[in-house]
Amino acid sequence: MDLNNVMDIAGTAMSAQSVRLNTTASNLANADSISSSIDQTYKARHPVFAAIQQAMQEQGVGGVQVKGIVESSAPVRPRYQPDHPLADADGYIYQPNVNLVEEMANMISASRSYQTNVQVANTAKQMLARTLQIGQ
Amino acid sequence: MTINFNKAFGIHEQALDVQSRRSAVLANNIANADTPGFKARDIDFRQALQNAMHANQSSGLARTDSRHFSGNSRYLSTEQQYRVPMQPDTGDGNTVDANVEQAAFAQNAIQYQTSLTFLNSKIRGLLTAIRGE
Repeated sequence: MDLNNVMDIAGTAMSAQSVRLNTTASNLANADSISSSIDQTYKARHPVFAAIQQAMQEQGVGGVQVKGIVESSAPVRPRYQPDHPLADADGYIYQPNVNLVEEMANMISASRSYQTNVQVANTAKQMLARTLQIGQ
Repeated sequence: MTINFNKAFGIHEQALDVQSRRSAVLANNIANADTPGFKARDIDFRQALQNAMHANQSSGLARTDSRHFSGNSRYLSTEQQYRVPMQPDTGDGNTVDANVEQAAFAQNAIQYQTSLTFLNSKIRGLLTAIRGE
């Protein structure tokens, strides 16, 4: 039954978007987590989405999956602040490479996509319910 | 006079089948709205409906040996096609336009319910005929 498949597809998308929202929350929460070396500094994390390919019987539609979560390769921002307790020998502290504007846009995009998929699942639910009532 | 159930329900049974498959394809587009490199797809409704209606007949492939595949398939590859993007690529190779897909999904849901309503009234007509009320 293809309508059940619709629910599955919307489900995969909701879970993928919630992972995206999760990474965004993590990035925003750690935007000010300074440290005393580049290696230890928090790096912005982003999920990588990929379509799920299924067998021909399913018409190759299977929703979306999170392939993995990658750390941003943008440069960590050093700041000269020798009076800071975490400053290194040269007097630098390191700020995460989190781009606040980008993260906010990501957050809104993820929540909108999530809402759309909830609506898709709801519509599929209504269609299923009406199909069950056929001939009554 | 006999009631032929295959004829009584007409095209609506096949239409429901195609519409439910189309809803899966459109839902897949919406689910992959943020997937890099994903190409939006849609079902050619006319082609799919014709395939569904002639599913019991041969699809032009003759079986000359009992070991041949029948060639009857609900899922002929010709009915699913890639959408032509209306806007230039934004850089990630994704051709899903979420608004277009949402509108198409809603329209498809309405069409599905229309087919259901037609089927329902057919069934009601048959029941009236059977009961002779």
